[in-house]
Amino acid sequence: MTGAPRYLTIFVGVYLVFLYAPVLLLPLFAFNDSAVIAFPLKGFTFRWFEGLAGESTLLVALKNSLIVGISASVLSTCFGVLAARAAARYDFLGKKPIMSFLMLPLVLPEIIVGVSLLIVLVQLGIELNVWTVILGHVLICMPFSIAILLSAFNNMDKFLEEASLDLGATRRETFFRVILPLVMPGLISSLLIGFTLSLDEFIIAFFLTGTEPTLPVYIWSQLRFPSKLPGVMALGFIMLVLSLILLTLGEYYRKKSAALVGSGSSEIRNG
Amino acid sequence: MKDWFTRESRSGLKLVAGPFGFSLLLLAAPLLMMLLLSFWTQNYLDLDRTLSFANYEEAWTHPVYRMLMQRSLVISILVTLCTVILAFPMAYFISFYGGKRKSLWLFLITIPFWTSYLLRIFMWKIILGYNGVLNSTLQWLSVIEEPLTFILYNANAVVLSLAHAWAPFAILPIFVSLEKIDRSLLEAARDLGDTAFQRFIRITLPLAMPGIVAASLIIFIPTIGDYITPKLVGGTDGLMIANMIQVQFSKANNAPLGAALAVSAMLIVGMIAACFVFFNRRYLRSQS
Repeated sequence: MTGAPRYLTIFVGVYLVFLYAPVLLLPLFAFNDSAVIAFPLKGFTFRWFEGLAGESTLLVALKNSLIVGISASVLSTCFGVLAARAAARYDFLGKKPIMSFLMLPLVLPEIIVGVSLLIVLVQLGIELNVWTVILGHVLICMPFSIAILLSAFNNMDKFLEEASLDLGATRRETFFRVILPLVMPGLISSLLIGFTLSLDEFIIAFFLTGTEPTLPVYIWSQLRFPSKLPGVMALGFIMLVLSLILLTLGEYYRKKSAALVGSGSSEIRNG
Repeated sequence: MKDWFTRESRSGLKLVAGPFGFSLLLLAAPLLMMLLLSFWTQNYLDLDRTLSFANYEEAWTHPVYRMLMQRSLVISILVTLCTVILAFPMAYFISFYGGKRKSLWLFLITIPFWTSYLLRIFMWKIILGYNGVLNSTLQWLSVIEEPLTFILYNANAVVLSLAHAWAPFAILPIFVSLEKIDRSLLEAARDLGDTAFQRFIRITLPLAMPGIVAASLIIFIPTIGDYITPKLVGGTDGLMIANMIQVQFSKANNAPLGAALAVSAMLIVGMIAACFVFFNRRYLRSQS
Protein backbone atom coordinates (compact mmCIF):
# COMPACT_ATOMS: atom_id res chain seq x y z
CA MET A 1 0.00 0.00 0.00
CA THR A 2 2.97 2.28 0.49
CA GLY A 3 4.24 4.26 -2.41
CA ALA A 4 0.86 5.14 -3.89
CA PRO A 5 0.83 8.72 -5.16
CA ARG A 6 -0.90 11.07 -2.74
CA TYR A 7 -3.67 12.10 -5.16
CA LEU A 8 -4.49 8.44 -5.81
CA THR A 9 -4.77 7.70 -2.07
CA ILE A 10 -7.03 10.70 -1.58
CA PHE A 11 -9.19 9.63 -4.49
CA VAL A 12 -9.49 6.10 -3.10
CA GLY A 13 -10.54 7.51 0.29
CA VAL A 14 -13.23 9.73 -1.22
CA TYR A 15 -14.44 6.93 -3.49
CA LEU A 16 -14.75 4.55 -0.54
CA VAL A 17 -16.88 7.12 1.28
CA PHE A 18 -19.05 7.32 -1.84
CA LEU A 19 -19.34 3.51 -2.00
CA TYR A 20 -20.15 3.13 1.69
CA ALA A 21 -22.38 6.18 2.25
CA PRO A 22 -25.73 4.47 1.57
CA VAL A 23 -24.83 1.37 3.59
CA LEU A 24 -23.56 3.27 6.61
CA LEU A 25 -26.67 5.46 6.74
CA LEU A 26 -28.93 2.42 6.87
CA PRO A 27 -28.16 1.40 10.51
CA LEU A 28 -28.09 5.06 11.51
CA PHE A 29 -31.75 5.49 10.59
CA ALA A 30 -32.73 1.97 11.61
CA PHE A 31 -31.91 2.80 15.25
CA ASN A 32 -32.98 6.45 15.10
CA ASP A 33 -35.89 7.32 17.40
CA SER A 34 -37.78 9.46 14.88
CA ALA A 35 -40.44 8.68 12.31
CA VAL A 36 -38.77 11.09 9.89
CA ILE A 37 -35.73 9.93 7.94
CA ALA A 38 -33.58 13.05 8.27
CA PHE A 39 -30.83 14.65 10.30
CA PRO A 40 -30.41 15.55 13.12
CA LEU A 41 -30.70 12.11 14.74
CA LYS A 42 -33.00 11.92 17.76
CA GLY A 43 -32.09 9.01 19.99
CA PHE A 44 -31.46 5.30 20.09
CA THR A 45 -34.37 2.88 19.78
CA PHE A 46 -35.23 -0.72 18.93
CA ARG A 47 -38.88 0.01 18.26
CA TRP A 48 -38.63 -0.20 14.45
CA PHE A 49 -37.29 -3.74 14.79
CA GLU A 50 -40.05 -4.64 17.25
CA GLY A 51 -42.60 -3.18 14.84
CA LEU A 52 -41.42 -5.52 12.07
CA ALA A 53 -42.40 -8.63 14.04
CA GLY A 54 -46.06 -7.58 13.87
CA GLU A 55 -46.13 -7.14 10.10
CA SER A 56 -47.87 -10.27 8.82
CA THR A 57 -47.50 -9.29 5.15
CA LEU A 58 -43.77 -8.99 5.70
CA LEU A 59 -43.60 -12.54 7.02
CA VAL A 60 -45.56 -13.81 4.02
CA ALA A 61 -43.23 -11.92 1.66
CA LEU A 62 -40.22 -13.33 3.50
CA LYS A 63 -41.59 -16.86 3.16
CA ASN A 64 -42.22 -16.32 -0.57
CA SER A 65 -38.73 -14.96 -1.04
CA LEU A 66 -37.18 -17.93 0.72
CA ILE A 67 -39.17 -20.37 -1.43
CA VAL A 68 -38.19 -18.51 -4.59
CA GLY A 69 -34.56 -18.06 -3.58
CA ILE A 70 -33.99 -21.66 -2.56
CA SER A 71 -35.83 -23.20 -5.52
CA ALA A 72 -34.23 -20.86 -8.05
CA SER A 73 -30.70 -21.34 -6.72
CA VAL A 74 -31.03 -25.13 -6.53
CA LEU A 75 -32.53 -25.39 -10.03
CA SER A 76 -30.02 -23.01 -11.57
CA THR A 77 -27.16 -24.88 -9.88
CA CYS A 78 -28.45 -28.21 -11.26
CA PHE A 79 -28.67 -26.77 -14.77
CA GLY A 80 -25.30 -25.12 -14.18
CA VAL A 81 -23.68 -28.45 -13.30
CA LEU A 82 -25.05 -30.05 -16.47
CA ALA A 83 -24.03 -27.23 -18.79
CA ALA A 84 -20.64 -26.61 -17.17
CA ARG A 85 -19.76 -30.30 -17.13
CA ALA A 86 -20.75 -30.61 -20.80
CA ALA A 87 -18.68 -27.58 -21.75
CA ALA A 88 -15.64 -28.54 -19.66
CA ARG A 89 -15.48 -32.20 -20.61
CA TYR A 90 -16.97 -32.65 -24.08
CA ASP A 91 -16.63 -31.11 -27.47
CA PHE A 92 -20.07 -31.16 -29.00
CA LEU A 93 -21.88 -29.84 -32.03
CA GLY A 94 -22.85 -26.18 -31.68
CA LYS A 95 -21.01 -25.82 -28.36
CA LYS A 96 -20.18 -22.15 -28.80
CA PRO A 97 -23.63 -20.89 -29.86
CA ILE A 98 -25.37 -23.02 -27.22
CA MET A 99 -23.12 -21.82 -24.41
CA SER A 100 -23.37 -18.17 -25.48
CA PHE A 101 -27.14 -18.48 -25.66
CA LEU A 102 -27.19 -19.82 -22.08
CA MET A 103 -25.14 -16.80 -20.96
CA LEU A 104 -27.44 -14.35 -22.77
CA PRO A 105 -29.51 -13.26 -19.72
CA LEU A 106 -26.30 -11.81 -18.29
CA VAL A 107 -26.37 -9.00 -20.85
CA LEU A 108 -30.12 -8.75 -21.33
CA PRO A 109 -31.86 -5.98 -19.38
CA GLU A 110 -33.95 -7.72 -16.72
CA ILE A 111 -37.06 -5.86 -17.80
CA ILE A 112 -36.83 -7.59 -21.20
CA VAL A 113 -36.70 -11.02 -19.54
CA GLY A 114 -39.61 -10.08 -17.27
CA VAL A 115 -41.80 -8.59 -19.98
CA SER A 116 -41.27 -11.38 -22.51
CA LEU A 117 -42.07 -14.06 -19.92
CA LEU A 118 -45.14 -12.10 -18.84
CA ILE A 119 -46.40 -11.99 -22.43
CA VAL A 120 -46.12 -15.76 -22.84
CA LEU A 121 -47.69 -16.54 -19.48
CA VAL A 122 -50.60 -14.20 -20.13
CA GLN A 123 -51.12 -15.60 -23.64
CA LEU A 124 -51.12 -19.14 -22.26
CA GLY A 125 -53.48 -18.09 -19.48
CA ILE A 126 -51.15 -19.31 -16.73
CA GLU A 127 -51.81 -17.80 -13.34
CA LEU A 128 -48.97 -15.72 -11.89
CA ASN A 129 -47.55 -16.94 -8.57
CA VAL A 130 -44.25 -17.74 -6.89
CA TRP A 131 -43.56 -20.50 -9.45
CA THR A 132 -43.60 -18.09 -12.34
CA VAL A 133 -41.11 -15.91 -10.44
CA ILE A 134 -38.90 -18.97 -9.86
CA LEU A 135 -38.82 -19.69 -13.61
CA GLY A 136 -37.68 -16.14 -14.32
CA HIS A 137 -35.07 -16.22 -11.57
CA VAL A 138 -33.60 -19.54 -12.76
CA LEU A 139 -33.01 -17.86 -16.12
CA ILE A 140 -31.03 -14.96 -14.66
CA CYS A 141 -29.15 -17.06 -12.08
CA MET A 142 -28.08 -19.73 -14.57
CA PRO A 143 -25.31 -17.70 -16.30
CA PHE A 144 -23.71 -17.06 -12.90
CA SER A 145 -23.97 -20.74 -11.93
CA ILE A 146 -22.48 -21.82 -15.25
CA ALA A 147 -19.60 -19.35 -15.01
CA ILE A 148 -18.74 -20.37 -11.44
CA LEU A 149 -19.08 -24.11 -12.08
CA LEU A 150 -17.24 -23.96 -15.39
CA SER A 151 -14.17 -22.64 -13.63
CA ALA A 152 -14.61 -25.29 -10.93
CA PHE A 153 -14.77 -28.10 -13.52
CA ASN A 154 -11.85 -26.63 -15.46
CA ASN A 155 -9.69 -26.34 -12.35
CA MET A 156 -10.42 -29.92 -11.38
CA ASP A 157 -7.55 -32.34 -11.71
CA LYS A 158 -8.51 -34.50 -14.71
CA PHE A 159 -6.21 -37.32 -13.60
CA LEU A 160 -8.33 -38.01 -10.55
CA GLU A 161 -11.31 -38.74 -12.80
CA GLU A 162 -9.22 -41.01 -15.03
CA ALA A 163 -7.70 -42.72 -12.01
CA SER A 164 -11.15 -43.44 -10.62
CA LEU A 165 -12.29 -44.97 -13.92
CA ASP A 166 -9.10 -46.99 -14.25
CA LEU A 167 -9.55 -48.35 -10.74
CA GLY A 168 -12.90 -49.77 -11.72
CA ALA A 169 -15.45 -47.21 -10.57
CA THR A 170 -18.41 -46.78 -12.90
CA ARG A 171 -19.08 -43.42 -14.57
CA ARG A 172 -21.90 -42.77 -12.12
CA GLU A 173 -19.74 -43.62 -9.07
CA THR A 174 -16.93 -41.48 -10.43
CA PHE A 175 -19.26 -38.55 -10.89
CA PHE A 176 -20.81 -38.72 -7.43
CA ARG A 177 -17.76 -39.81 -5.42
CA VAL A 178 -14.89 -38.08 -7.19
CA ILE A 179 -16.02 -35.24 -9.44
CA LEU A 180 -18.82 -33.83 -7.34
CA PRO A 181 -16.78 -33.55 -4.11
CA LEU A 182 -14.01 -31.87 -6.10
CA VAL A 183 -16.31 -29.17 -7.48
CA MET A 184 -18.16 -28.78 -4.16
CA PRO A 185 -16.74 -25.30 -3.45
CA GLY A 186 -18.04 -24.14 -6.82
CA LEU A 187 -21.37 -25.80 -6.11
CA ILE A 188 -21.73 -24.01 -2.79
CA SER A 189 -20.78 -20.61 -4.16
CA SER A 190 -23.19 -21.14 -7.07
CA LEU A 191 -25.98 -21.84 -4.57
CA LEU A 192 -25.06 -18.82 -2.45
CA ILE A 193 -24.74 -16.42 -5.38
CA GLY A 194 -27.98 -17.69 -6.90
CA PHE A 195 -29.83 -17.30 -3.62
CA THR A 196 -28.49 -13.79 -3.07
CA LEU A 197 -29.33 -12.73 -6.63
CA SER A 198 -32.84 -14.09 -6.38
CA LEU A 199 -33.43 -12.58 -2.94
CA ASP A 200 -32.49 -9.15 -4.28
CA GLU A 201 -34.14 -9.34 -7.69
CA PHE A 202 -36.99 -6.89 -8.09
CA ILE A 203 -38.10 -6.23 -11.62
CA ILE A 204 -38.82 -9.80 -12.80
CA ALA A 205 -40.56 -10.54 -9.49
CA PHE A 206 -42.54 -7.31 -9.89
CA PHE A 207 -43.85 -8.42 -13.30
CA LEU A 208 -44.40 -12.09 -12.54
CA THR A 209 -45.46 -12.22 -8.93
CA GLY A 210 -49.22 -11.85 -9.17
CA THR A 211 -50.64 -11.59 -5.66
CA GLU A 212 -47.73 -13.27 -3.89
CA PRO A 213 -45.09 -10.59 -3.30
CA THR A 214 -41.44 -11.38 -2.68
CA LEU A 215 -39.40 -9.33 -0.20
CA PRO A 216 -38.20 -6.67 -2.69
CA VAL A 217 -41.74 -6.29 -4.05
CA TYR A 218 -42.99 -5.87 -0.47
CA ILE A 219 -40.30 -3.26 0.25
CA TRP A 220 -41.23 -1.45 -2.95
CA SER A 221 -44.83 -1.23 -1.83
CA GLN A 222 -43.74 0.14 1.57
CA LEU A 223 -41.53 2.88 0.10
CA ARG A 224 -44.62 4.84 -0.88
CA PHE A 225 -45.63 5.37 2.75
CA PRO A 226 -43.36 7.75 4.68
CA SER A 227 -44.56 6.30 8.00
CA LYS A 228 -43.28 2.84 6.97
CA LEU A 229 -39.76 4.03 6.14
CA PRO A 230 -38.04 3.53 9.52
CA GLY A 231 -39.33 -0.05 9.50
CA VAL A 232 -37.92 -0.53 6.01
CA MET A 233 -34.55 0.78 7.24
CA ALA A 234 -34.61 -1.74 10.09
CA LEU A 235 -35.51 -4.53 7.66
CA GLY A 236 -32.73 -3.45 5.32
CA PHE A 237 -30.25 -3.52 8.17
CA ILE A 238 -31.25 -7.05 9.16
CA MET A 239 -30.90 -8.17 5.53
CA LEU A 240 -27.47 -6.56 5.27
CA VAL A 241 -26.20 -8.28 8.42
CA LEU A 242 -27.62 -11.64 7.33
CA SER A 243 -26.11 -11.48 3.85
CA LEU A 244 -22.74 -10.47 5.31
CA ILE A 245 -22.78 -13.48 7.63
CA LEU A 246 -23.86 -15.74 4.78
CA LEU A 247 -21.12 -14.47 2.48
CA THR A 248 -18.38 -14.60 5.07
CA LEU A 249 -19.38 -18.19 5.83
CA GLY A 250 -19.49 -19.04 2.13
CA GLU A 251 -16.07 -17.49 1.59
CA TYR A 252 -14.67 -19.36 4.61
CA TYR A 253 -15.92 -22.74 3.40
CA ARG A 254 -14.84 -22.02 -0.16
CA LYS A 255 -11.29 -21.31 0.95
CA LYS A 256 -11.25 -24.27 3.32
CA SER A 257 -12.46 -26.79 0.76
CA ALA A 258 -10.35 -25.23 -1.99
CA ALA A 259 -7.32 -25.79 0.25
CA LEU A 260 -8.44 -29.38 0.89
CA VAL A 261 -8.87 -30.16 -2.78
CA GLY A 262 -5.55 -28.53 -3.60
CA SER A 263 -3.53 -30.46 -1.03
CA GLY A 264 -5.35 -33.73 -1.73
CA SER A 265 -4.67 -33.74 -5.43
CA SER A 266 -1.02 -32.76 -5.06
CA GLU A 267 -0.48 -35.53 -2.52
CA ILE A 268 -1.87 -38.09 -4.93
CA ARG A 269 0.27 -36.78 -7.75
CA ASN A 270 3.41 -36.78 -5.67
CA GLY A 271 2.80 -40.08 -3.97
CA MET B 1 -17.33 -29.94 -39.23
CA LYS B 2 -17.82 -32.01 -36.14
CA ASP B 3 -19.85 -35.13 -36.49
CA TRP B 4 -23.22 -35.20 -34.81
CA PHE B 5 -22.86 -38.88 -34.22
CA THR B 6 -19.53 -39.13 -32.46
CA ARG B 7 -19.83 -40.48 -28.98
CA GLU B 8 -18.30 -37.38 -27.50
CA SER B 9 -20.67 -35.01 -29.26
CA ARG B 10 -23.66 -37.04 -28.17
CA SER B 11 -22.57 -37.20 -24.53
CA GLY B 12 -22.07 -33.44 -24.44
CA LEU B 13 -25.39 -32.71 -26.09
CA LYS B 14 -27.18 -35.07 -23.74
CA LEU B 15 -25.82 -33.15 -20.76
CA VAL B 16 -26.50 -29.69 -22.10
CA ALA B 17 -29.98 -30.60 -23.35
CA GLY B 18 -31.67 -29.80 -20.02
CA PRO B 19 -30.44 -26.25 -19.51
CA PHE B 20 -30.59 -25.56 -23.25
CA GLY B 21 -34.18 -26.77 -23.50
CA PHE B 22 -35.15 -24.70 -20.47
CA SER B 23 -33.62 -21.59 -22.01
CA LEU B 24 -35.21 -22.25 -25.39
CA LEU B 25 -38.61 -22.60 -23.77
CA LEU B 26 -38.35 -19.71 -21.32
CA LEU B 27 -36.04 -17.30 -23.08
CA ALA B 28 -35.97 -17.83 -26.83
CA ALA B 29 -39.68 -18.57 -27.20
CA PRO B 30 -40.77 -15.59 -25.04
CA LEU B 31 -38.41 -13.26 -26.93
CA LEU B 32 -39.88 -14.43 -30.25
CA MET B 33 -43.37 -14.10 -28.80
CA MET B 34 -42.54 -10.53 -27.78
CA LEU B 35 -41.32 -9.81 -31.30
CA LEU B 36 -44.54 -11.23 -32.73
CA LEU B 37 -46.71 -9.30 -30.26
CA SER B 38 -45.01 -6.06 -31.25
CA PHE B 39 -46.48 -6.49 -34.74
CA TRP B 40 -50.00 -6.99 -33.44
CA THR B 41 -52.23 -4.13 -32.29
CA GLN B 42 -54.33 -3.60 -29.21
CA ASN B 43 -58.03 -3.05 -29.94
CA TYR B 44 -59.29 -1.88 -26.55
CA LEU B 45 -59.87 -5.23 -24.90
CA ASP B 46 -58.76 -7.70 -27.54
CA LEU B 47 -55.74 -8.13 -29.77
CA ASP B 48 -55.82 -7.52 -33.51
CA ARG B 49 -53.56 -10.28 -34.83
CA THR B 50 -52.95 -8.88 -38.29
CA LEU B 51 -49.31 -7.95 -38.68
CA SER B 52 -48.59 -4.25 -38.91
CA PHE B 53 -45.83 -1.75 -38.25
CA ALA B 54 -48.23 0.61 -36.44
CA ASN B 55 -46.60 0.14 -33.03
CA TYR B 56 -43.13 0.76 -34.42
CA GLU B 57 -44.37 3.84 -36.23
CA GLU B 58 -45.73 5.16 -32.97
CA ALA B 59 -42.66 4.14 -30.96
CA TRP B 60 -40.28 5.83 -33.37
CA THR B 61 -42.26 9.00 -34.22
CA HIS B 62 -44.24 9.91 -31.11
CA PRO B 63 -42.29 12.73 -29.41
CA VAL B 64 -42.68 11.29 -25.89
CA TYR B 65 -41.27 7.89 -26.83
CA ARG B 66 -38.46 9.44 -28.89
CA MET B 67 -37.55 11.71 -26.01
CA LEU B 68 -37.57 8.86 -23.49
CA MET B 69 -35.46 6.69 -25.76
CA GLN B 70 -32.90 9.45 -26.32
CA ARG B 71 -32.77 10.26 -22.65
CA SER B 72 -32.31 6.61 -21.72
CA LEU B 73 -29.41 6.35 -24.16
CA VAL B 74 -27.77 9.54 -22.89
CA ILE B 75 -28.18 8.44 -19.27
CA SER B 76 -26.81 4.95 -20.00
CA ILE B 77 -23.78 6.36 -21.81
CA LEU B 78 -23.13 8.87 -19.02
CA VAL B 79 -23.47 6.18 -16.36
CA THR B 80 -21.04 3.94 -18.25
CA LEU B 81 -18.51 6.76 -18.63
CA CYS B 82 -18.75 7.92 -15.02
CA THR B 83 -18.61 4.43 -13.56
CA VAL B 84 -15.61 3.34 -15.61
CA ILE B 85 -13.70 6.59 -15.05
CA LEU B 86 -14.33 6.48 -11.29
CA ALA B 87 -13.62 2.76 -11.03
CA PHE B 88 -10.35 2.78 -12.94
CA PRO B 89 -8.20 4.54 -10.29
CA MET B 90 -9.69 2.28 -7.63
CA ALA B 91 -8.85 -0.87 -9.60
CA TYR B 92 -5.42 0.58 -10.38
CA PHE B 93 -4.79 1.27 -6.71
CA ILE B 94 -5.72 -2.29 -5.69
CA SER B 95 -3.72 -3.91 -8.45
CA PHE B 96 -0.54 -1.82 -8.12
CA TYR B 97 -0.54 -0.83 -4.46
CA GLY B 98 -2.73 -3.49 -2.85
CA GLY B 99 0.30 -5.52 -1.83
CA LYS B 100 -0.65 -8.73 -0.08
CA ARG B 101 -4.12 -7.50 0.79
CA LYS B 102 -5.63 -7.48 -2.69
CA SER B 103 -8.39 -9.94 -1.91
CA LEU B 104 -9.26 -8.06 1.28
CA TRP B 105 -9.54 -4.85 -0.75
CA LEU B 106 -11.79 -6.57 -3.29
CA PHE B 107 -13.98 -7.86 -0.47
CA LEU B 108 -14.14 -4.34 0.95
CA ILE B 109 -15.30 -3.03 -2.42
CA THR B 110 -18.11 -5.56 -2.71
CA ILE B 111 -19.54 -5.31 0.83
CA PRO B 112 -21.78 -2.30 0.13
CA PHE B 113 -23.34 -4.20 -2.73
CA TRP B 114 -24.74 -6.99 -0.66
CA THR B 115 -27.54 -4.71 0.54
CA SER B 116 -30.76 -4.78 -1.39
CA TYR B 117 -30.45 -2.89 -4.70
CA LEU B 118 -33.79 -1.27 -4.01
CA LEU B 119 -32.65 0.08 -0.65
CA ARG B 120 -29.31 1.26 -1.98
CA ILE B 121 -31.05 3.40 -4.59
CA PHE B 122 -33.57 4.53 -1.99
CA MET B 123 -30.74 5.63 0.32
CA TRP B 124 -29.56 7.96 -2.45
CA LYS B 125 -32.99 9.54 -2.40
CA ILE B 126 -32.52 10.14 1.31
CA ILE B 127 -28.99 11.46 0.84
CA LEU B 128 -29.85 13.79 -2.04
CA GLY B 129 -33.30 14.93 -0.87
CA TYR B 130 -34.42 18.49 -0.05
CA ASN B 131 -34.04 17.81 3.68
CA GLY B 132 -31.61 15.04 2.93
CA VAL B 133 -28.30 14.10 4.44
CA LEU B 134 -26.19 16.05 1.97
CA ASN B 135 -28.22 19.26 2.19
CA SER B 136 -28.48 19.23 5.96
CA THR B 137 -24.76 18.55 6.31
CA LEU B 138 -23.82 21.31 3.89
CA GLN B 139 -26.19 23.72 5.64
CA TRP B 140 -24.78 22.75 9.01
CA LEU B 141 -21.30 23.46 7.67
CA SER B 142 -22.67 26.78 6.32
CA VAL B 143 -21.45 25.92 2.82
CA ILE B 144 -24.88 26.64 1.43
CA GLU B 145 -27.83 28.64 2.74
CA GLU B 146 -30.69 27.14 0.76
CA PRO B 147 -30.94 23.38 0.11
CA LEU B 148 -29.66 22.35 -3.30
CA THR B 149 -32.50 21.22 -5.56
CA PHE B 150 -30.63 20.20 -8.70
CA ILE B 151 -29.40 16.98 -7.14
CA LEU B 152 -32.64 15.01 -6.79
CA TYR B 153 -35.51 14.15 -9.14
CA ASN B 154 -33.60 14.62 -12.35
CA ALA B 155 -31.18 12.81 -14.63
CA ASN B 156 -28.16 13.81 -12.48
CA ALA B 157 -29.53 11.82 -9.57
CA VAL B 158 -30.13 8.81 -11.83
CA VAL B 159 -26.57 8.93 -13.17
CA LEU B 160 -25.09 9.30 -9.68
CA SER B 161 -27.14 6.46 -8.17
CA LEU B 162 -26.39 4.12 -11.06
CA ALA B 163 -22.67 5.00 -11.04
CA HIS B 164 -22.76 3.82 -7.45
CA ALA B 165 -24.86 0.73 -8.10
CA TRP B 166 -22.64 -0.57 -10.93
CA ALA B 167 -19.26 0.27 -9.36
CA PRO B 168 -18.11 -3.31 -8.62
CA PHE B 169 -19.04 -4.42 -12.15
CA ALA B 170 -16.49 -1.91 -13.43
CA ILE B 171 -13.82 -2.32 -10.73
CA LEU B 172 -13.58 -6.12 -11.00
CA PRO B 173 -13.04 -6.56 -14.78
CA ILE B 174 -10.61 -3.63 -14.88
CA PHE B 175 -8.74 -5.06 -11.90
CA VAL B 176 -8.47 -8.44 -13.63
CA SER B 177 -7.00 -6.92 -16.80
CA LEU B 178 -4.58 -4.76 -14.76
CA GLU B 179 -3.43 -7.86 -12.89
CA LYS B 180 -2.52 -9.53 -16.18
CA ILE B 181 -0.10 -6.76 -17.14
CA ASP B 182 3.47 -8.01 -17.11
CA ARG B 183 5.19 -5.65 -14.66
CA SER B 184 8.53 -6.09 -16.41
CA LEU B 185 7.13 -4.17 -19.39
CA LEU B 186 6.72 -1.15 -17.15
CA GLU B 187 10.21 -1.57 -15.75
CA ALA B 188 11.66 -1.85 -19.23
CA ALA B 189 9.85 1.32 -20.28
CA ARG B 190 11.16 3.11 -17.22
CA ASP B 191 14.72 1.97 -17.94
CA LEU B 192 14.38 3.15 -21.52
CA GLY B 193 13.41 6.61 -20.30
CA ASP B 194 9.60 6.77 -20.45
CA THR B 195 7.99 9.07 -17.90
CA ALA B 196 5.24 7.80 -15.61
CA PHE B 197 2.63 9.43 -17.83
CA GLN B 198 4.08 7.90 -20.99
CA ARG B 199 4.17 4.46 -19.35
CA PHE B 200 0.54 4.82 -18.39
CA ILE B 201 -0.61 5.93 -21.85
CA ARG B 202 1.53 3.52 -23.85
CA ILE B 203 1.45 0.39 -21.70
CA THR B 204 -1.03 0.32 -18.82
CA LEU B 205 -4.02 1.83 -20.60
CA PRO B 206 -3.86 -0.23 -23.82
CA LEU B 207 -3.35 -3.44 -21.86
CA ALA B 208 -6.24 -2.57 -19.53
CA MET B 209 -8.58 -2.02 -22.50
CA PRO B 210 -10.11 -5.54 -22.46
CA GLY B 211 -11.28 -4.88 -18.90
CA ILE B 212 -12.54 -1.42 -19.76
CA VAL B 213 -14.46 -2.69 -22.80
CA ALA B 214 -15.98 -5.55 -20.78
CA ALA B 215 -16.95 -3.21 -17.94
CA SER B 216 -18.55 -0.76 -20.37
CA LEU B 217 -20.68 -3.46 -21.97
CA ILE B 218 -21.68 -5.01 -18.63
CA ILE B 219 -22.88 -1.60 -17.45
CA PHE B 220 -24.26 -0.01 -20.60
CA ILE B 221 -26.61 -2.76 -21.75
CA PRO B 222 -28.59 -3.47 -18.54
CA THR B 223 -28.64 0.20 -17.50
CA ILE B 224 -30.89 1.16 -20.40
CA GLY B 225 -33.55 -1.15 -18.95
CA ASP B 226 -33.31 0.10 -15.40
CA TYR B 227 -36.71 0.69 -13.86
CA ILE B 228 -36.14 1.30 -10.14
CA THR B 229 -33.62 4.13 -10.26
CA PRO B 230 -35.48 6.52 -12.56
CA LYS B 231 -38.68 5.79 -10.68
CA LEU B 232 -37.16 6.48 -7.24
CA VAL B 233 -34.73 9.34 -7.84
CA GLY B 234 -35.46 10.49 -11.40
CA GLY B 235 -38.63 12.52 -10.85
CA THR B 236 -40.44 13.32 -14.11
CA ASP B 237 -37.31 14.66 -15.81
CA GLY B 238 -35.38 11.47 -15.20
CA LEU B 239 -37.85 8.79 -16.30
CA MET B 240 -36.49 6.26 -18.77
CA ILE B 241 -37.81 3.87 -21.39
CA ALA B 242 -38.28 0.97 -18.95
CA ASN B 243 -40.78 3.03 -16.96
CA MET B 244 -42.80 3.61 -20.14
CA ILE B 245 -42.63 -0.09 -21.05
CA GLN B 246 -44.01 -0.96 -17.63
CA VAL B 247 -46.82 1.62 -18.02
CA GLN B 248 -47.78 0.11 -21.39
CA PHE B 249 -48.04 -3.33 -19.82
CA SER B 250 -50.11 -2.17 -16.85
CA LYS B 251 -52.05 1.09 -16.74
CA ALA B 252 -52.06 1.91 -20.46
CA ASN B 253 -52.99 -1.70 -21.24
CA ASN B 254 -51.21 -1.62 -24.59
CA ALA B 255 -48.89 -4.62 -24.42
CA PRO B 256 -48.10 -4.61 -28.17
CA LEU B 257 -46.82 -1.04 -27.99
CA GLY B 258 -44.84 -1.94 -24.88
CA ALA B 259 -43.35 -4.90 -26.76
CA ALA B 260 -42.44 -2.65 -29.70
CA LEU B 261 -40.73 -0.20 -27.32
CA ALA B 262 -38.81 -3.06 -25.67
CA VAL B 263 -37.73 -4.52 -29.02
CA SER B 264 -36.68 -1.06 -30.28
CA ALA B 265 -34.65 -0.37 -27.15
CA MET B 266 -32.92 -3.75 -27.47
CA LEU B 267 -32.14 -3.14 -31.17
CA ILE B 268 -30.62 0.25 -30.49
CA VAL B 269 -28.57 -0.97 -27.54
CA GLY B 270 -27.46 -4.05 -29.48
CA MET B 271 -26.32 -1.91 -32.41
CA ILE B 272 -24.39 0.51 -30.20
CA ALA B 273 -22.78 -2.36 -28.31
CA ALA B 274 -21.82 -4.07 -31.58
CA CYS B 275 -20.23 -0.85 -32.90
CA PHE B 276 -18.38 -0.41 -29.62
CA VAL B 277 -17.00 -3.94 -29.78
CA PHE B 278 -16.08 -3.46 -33.45
CA PHE B 279 -14.05 -0.31 -32.76
CA ASN B 280 -12.28 -1.97 -29.86
CA ARG B 281 -11.72 -5.32 -31.55
CA ARG B 282 -7.93 -5.04 -31.63
CA TYR B 283 -7.82 -4.81 -27.83
CA LEU B 284 -10.09 -7.80 -27.43
CA ARG B 285 -8.14 -9.93 -29.85
CA SER B 286 -4.78 -9.25 -28.21
CA GLN B 287 -6.10 -10.65 -24.95
CA SER B 288 -6.66 -14.15 -26.22
